[in-house]
Amino acid sequence: MQETGRQKVLWTIGIVVVILYALIPVIWIASLSVKDPATLAEGGFWPKKFSLENYKGIFDSSDFVYALLNSIGIAMIATLISIFLAALAAYALSRLEFRGKSVILAGSLAIAMFPPISIVGSLFEVWRTLGLFDTWAGLIIPYMTFTLPLAIYTLSAFFREIPWELEQAAQIDGATPFQAFQKVIVPLAAPGVFTAAILVFIFAWNDFLFATVLTSTNSSRTVPAALAFFTGDSQFSDPTGAIAAAAVVVTVPIIIMVLIFQRRIVAGLTAGAVKG
Amino acid sequence: MGAVSATAQPAEPTAKKPTSDRAKSERRLGYMLCAPAVLVMLVVTGYPILYAVYLSLQRFDLRLPDEKEFVGLSNYVEVLTASQWWQDVFNTLLITVASVTLELVLGMVLALVMHRAIFGRGAVRAAILIPYGIVTVVAAFAWRYAFTPDLGFVPGFAGAVSDTYAPLTNQAGSFFVIVLTEVWKTTPFMALLLLAGLALVPDELHEAAKVDGATALQRFFRITLPLIRPAILVALLFRTLDAFRVFDTVFIQTTGGANNTETVSILGYNQLINRLNLGLGSAVSVLIFICVILIAVLFIKGLGASPAQDED
Repeated sequence: MQETGRQKVLWTIGIVVVILYALIPVIWIASLSVKDPATLAEGGFWPKKFSLENYKGIFDSSDFVYALLNSIGIAMIATLISIFLAALAAYALSRLEFRGKSVILAGSLAIAMFPPISIVGSLFEVWRTLGLFDTWAGLIIPYMTFTLPLAIYTLSAFFREIPWELEQAAQIDGATPFQAFQKVIVPLAAPGVFTAAILVFIFAWNDFLFATVLTSTNSSRTVPAALAFFTGDSQFSDPTGAIAAAAVVVTVPIIIMVLIFQRRIVAGLTAGAVKG
Repeated sequence: MGAVSATAQPAEPTAKKPTSDRAKSERRLGYMLCAPAVLVMLVVTGYPILYAVYLSLQRFDLRLPDEKEFVGLSNYVEVLTASQWWQDVFNTLLITVASVTLELVLGMVLALVMHRAIFGRGAVRAAILIPYGIVTVVAAFAWRYAFTPDLGFVPGFAGAVSDTYAPLTNQAGSFFVIVLTEVWKTTPFMALLLLAGLALVPDELHEAAKVDGATALQRFFRITLPLIRPAILVALLFRTLDAFRVFDTVFIQTTGGANNTETVSILGYNQLINRLNLGLGSAVSVLIFICVILIAVLFIKGLGASPAQDED
């Protein structure tokens, strides 16, 4: 074990390198966002003159405030519906015996690989006919659909770890299969459900393609799409500082979630893909 | 795929069940619980893709809605004989192959390092989840600004080499920044999948090989690699399909494919949304869909042929 000292040094270097790798772009955009707008063109990694002007600018503009509210509302509703539907299916897939299970699993896997660009044109056309274009529902529907496979796989993997006997015990005590699901499995499954919800939320929060194609105004445009069309306070001002500030605002919730729930996120990500 | 769906079956099949009322009601409950999710997935992806196939057979320009008519495969002929399509396929494959290869190598290094972690595993895990979780558009802006002359910090470093360093104004430089952004964002995902695969390799095998005098390199290539092959293929499959759909990064960094960096997804978007040519755009959409199926089939064949799979 004479190598332990050297290994510790190497590992410490490794940790530092990985953390720098992960954080440099994030620190960079944060640094950019607190630069005084007039000094942006001077370059450099750190701000020479600290200013919250960019944040003041975006929160004064209705475009960003609406986009933020749309992002929060749409991502949360899509997450709730997706997790609810996925939980029902995952319960059946991991606990009940019926034919066609592998078809359902293979089918949802196919959806996970489905290229969204292949349907945005049709959705654009259909949504305009149905009046869903530029509405919250118009984004919630594709988000919940594309997150269902991830949610079903993650939840099935978690549900399989739940002690089966408890449900049987409840049924012996006279509970119907549905009561057994509601009263016994739901509380036990809560951690897994929560994990899946985080992954689904990250997906919906991240989406750019649907948000760009299926929205056109403040009434449903989310932050990623709004960022791409930011033009600054007036047509003459450069939007860089505003984009950086808005980027930081949408990144903060992700960083908080990652720091608090890192163990769960990793478990959820790998449960679906390798073990599941 | 075999790996995923095969092992996704319940651990203990509830055997010895004749078709009793109980089994029947269990089956009915199973269908009822799965039905909403299955219906949503079928309706929201199945119907639009069929509708895209229908639209792709029409001349249908939203600016000239009255001229809509059935034109057979002529939209496909138009796309497939256009040099733009093939250039975009080439660009997309270039970005896909470059980023997935780099991600696999870097992800493997990261996974091996984390697997052998002495301390600080939590810190590393939290750090690498940030690129995974960050909004792609944000990552794309961060790297774009980093490489923008006068604004960013990278040209400052590169200034020693050339004072006109502006990678996002030429094709090679743009590809470099796009691939860098993709690799930065998705290597953590690759690393976590590979790490989960590494956890399934029994330590005894390594110990035994060590006793027999195998070097670390030999152990990696002869033991670790064959055993985690299914995990590698699953990670590669997901990342390849994801990279092939690349849209956000290119849209932001070269404002939708400037410097000849247009990808197939950008082409589809431009036809559908900018030119409102739903017929031609849908033909591009359907062709992308077919490409994705081809890639998936190639990987599934690879998984099926995997010798490590036989143990499952």
